[in-house]
Amino acid sequence: MQQNEGMTLIVKTVTRISVWMILLYGIYIIFHGHLTPGGGFAGGVIVALAFLNVLLAYGRKFTSDWLNIGFLHDLEAASATLFLVIGILGISMGGAFLANFLTKGELFALISAGTILPLNIVIGIKVGMSLFLVVWVLAGFKIEKGD
Amino acid sequence: MILPYFIIIPLLAAFIISLIAGKKDNWAVILSVIASSALLVLSLFSFISMKEETITYSMSAWSIPYGIVLVQDALTSFILVMVSIISFTSLIFSIQYIRHLSMDWKYYSLFMLLVTGMNGVIITGDFFNLYVFMEIALFSAFALVAYGSRAEEFEAAFKYAVMGSVSSFLILVGIAVVYSATSTLTMAKVAQILPTLNNEIVLWVGAIFMAGFGLKAASMPFHAWLPDAHSSAPAPISSMLSGVLIKALGIYVMIRIFYNVFNAPEVFMKIFLVLGTISILIGVFLAIGQWDMKRLLAYHSISQIGYILLGMGIATPLGILGAVFHLFNHAIFKSLLFYNAGSVEMALGTRDLRKMGNLMKLLPTTSQTSLIASLSISGIPPFNGFFSKLIIIIAALQAGLPWYALFAVIGSLLTLASFMKVQRYGFKGETVIETAENKIGWRMNFAMITLAVLCVVTSLMVVPGIQEVTLDPVVKVIANKTEYIQLVLGGLNGN
Amino acid sequence: MIVYLLCFILLLVGLYGVLTKRDLIKIILSIGILGYAVNLLLILFAYRNNSIYPILSKGKEISPMVDPLPQALVLTSIVIELGTTAMLVALAVKLFEKYNTFDITEIRRLKG
Repeated sequence: MQQNEGMTLIVKTVTRISVWMILLYGIYIIFHGHLTPGGGFAGGVIVALAFLNVLLAYGRKFTSDWLNIGFLHDLEAASATLFLVIGILGISMGGAFLANFLTKGELFALISAGTILPLNIVIGIKVGMSLFLVVWVLAGFKIEKGD
Repeated sequence: MILPYFIIIPLLAAFIISLIAGKKDNWAVILSVIASSALLVLSLFSFISMKEETITYSMSAWSIPYGIVLVQDALTSFILVMVSIISFTSLIFSIQYIRHLSMDWKYYSLFMLLVTGMNGVIITGDFFNLYVFMEIALFSAFALVAYGSRAEEFEAAFKYAVMGSVSSFLILVGIAVVYSATSTLTMAKVAQILPTLNNEIVLWVGAIFMAGFGLKAASMPFHAWLPDAHSSAPAPISSMLSGVLIKALGIYVMIRIFYNVFNAPEVFMKIFLVLGTISILIGVFLAIGQWDMKRLLAYHSISQIGYILLGMGIATPLGILGAVFHLFNHAIFKSLLFYNAGSVEMALGTRDLRKMGNLMKLLPTTSQTSLIASLSISGIPPFNGFFSKLIIIIAALQAGLPWYALFAVIGSLLTLASFMKVQRYGFKGETVIETAENKIGWRMNFAMITLAVLCVVTSLMVVPGIQEVTLDPVVKVIANKTEYIQLVLGGLNGN
Repeated sequence: MIVYLLCFILLLVGLYGVLTKRDLIKIILSIGILGYAVNLLLILFAYRNNSIYPILSKGKEISPMVDPLPQALVLTSIVIELGTTAMLVALAVKLFEKYNTFDITEIRRLKG
């Protein structure tokens, strides 16, 4: 009956604390993609998993109140568009599609490696939102006995 | 230069549509028509403006052995023109047709992604990049096949998705072997390094690629998914799949890899000949017994792909000319036939040939254009299908392959028979139908008339004088085989 | 050599599953296995004896490293597999809704 209520109090409490740490770790992975293993895709998956933890522990209704699903859709499309915009800026400022037009900076510094960092951030948002929405949509299918 | 815009424009359109479209599809229609006509203009411009030079474009300004390179030569521009014409008319056709199914922007977004994938496959000069774009095109194709959300469509889409994934993994294995043998993914570099290596590598990789891309092109032993997927999809998508997707992902890539990279090994040319002939005969035999109009057309796609493979397998310049010309012609008349089937389905609510009739009165434009397309696919002069089939048959005779020529003629006669059945039972059938369920709007008629006119106009491409500027540069790119290496590595850099 | 052979066997296991299993979910899992086998093959091709991970970090000596390109390819291929799996699962759910079964021998309205 109470299928959308989520799990027990213990799980909810642990999730309430851990979700921010997972989210932070995902953001860390995204931001250090040009220095350490990881990057946009890996970090985006971790971000999506943080949201999925909330979905599993608190249930569908709470999550849809907490996160604005329509906004996540827009964010996903916007990040993909932004990736292309950075690519097109590369044409006008760097000479070729996706060419680097920012300063390369100092080796091993956080703000370095030109456009790789913004591209990683954009990919992280895109992957995180897409993966979360894929699971959200697949979990939301209502099976009705059909023809 | 204009080369990356063939990818940027449709991709940008797809994402902007999903960003700004609300519940209705007005903005989606406007944006996708703008993007599609821009692509049409760009591709025509690039085909007319470039004659015989090869233009390369280094993505991210990384030069050839390190980065991804986009390559544009006559063959590329030719296939791009084909894709742009069919996608433009399909889009115009779908505006009314898809509203009849649902008012949704998702269709246009997916459609633009399909165009992105095909354009990417066509202009890339890098093996792995080809794989990625191929997957983009395939994913949107899976989703679009299931777009009408009926039970049959999900079934066809699932079958197509399983077959598509398996063939993609085969291709990825092939790419992995190529990379481990040559340590590069750029096609021109691979072509340069392969002759210095053991000859067996080409055989192994060629066999894997033959299976993988053969599945994509639905040549005979790998054809099982095609009739389901192509007949279940919405009509404009059927025309995209049958008209251009199997050619861009299957035939074009096979031409590129087996001619320009592998230097047309004898054994694979023989395989092309045999597979082509089997496809011609079995495709047409299976088609002739069908009563579902779209299923019949889908089986004919297998048979016509057989002609293209036969022309490629002959491997003389004349055979290649026939193959390339038939590639273009088949895109036009098969798309037109699928539009006809779609508009009949929309007007009468059925695809069964036995339940049609009286269509000359009800749908005059549809029946007249379908007559042109039927004559064209069966190879009746003066329509384009006649000339390309004639060239392939003459090439087979000249190359000393009379049996293959005979089989091609038999296939052509059986095609004529099955389209006489379509005309006799379908468009001039005896079932009396008083009124149509839905009216066919001007957009659908416009798409059909455009392609019907092209059916006649493209047959001019064999006229001496026009042939030199349209088909001959394309044939030269293919027939010169691995001259591709020098053209790409020493080509004009378009950055 | 034996690793390549095992990798090939994994590929065949996936192919066997796709071709013989009757359950939609099992087919999807087999496609996953097929994908893993291909990814493993790419990683094996990248391996070099006595070399380390291809990452430059602070204060590290420059020494022979494994080929980083196939690793990037595998990452891309994993993303594509994710898409394939999601697509197939969505189609399987929809098929279950329409046919009320996961058995492919009962899902056959398209014939001929």
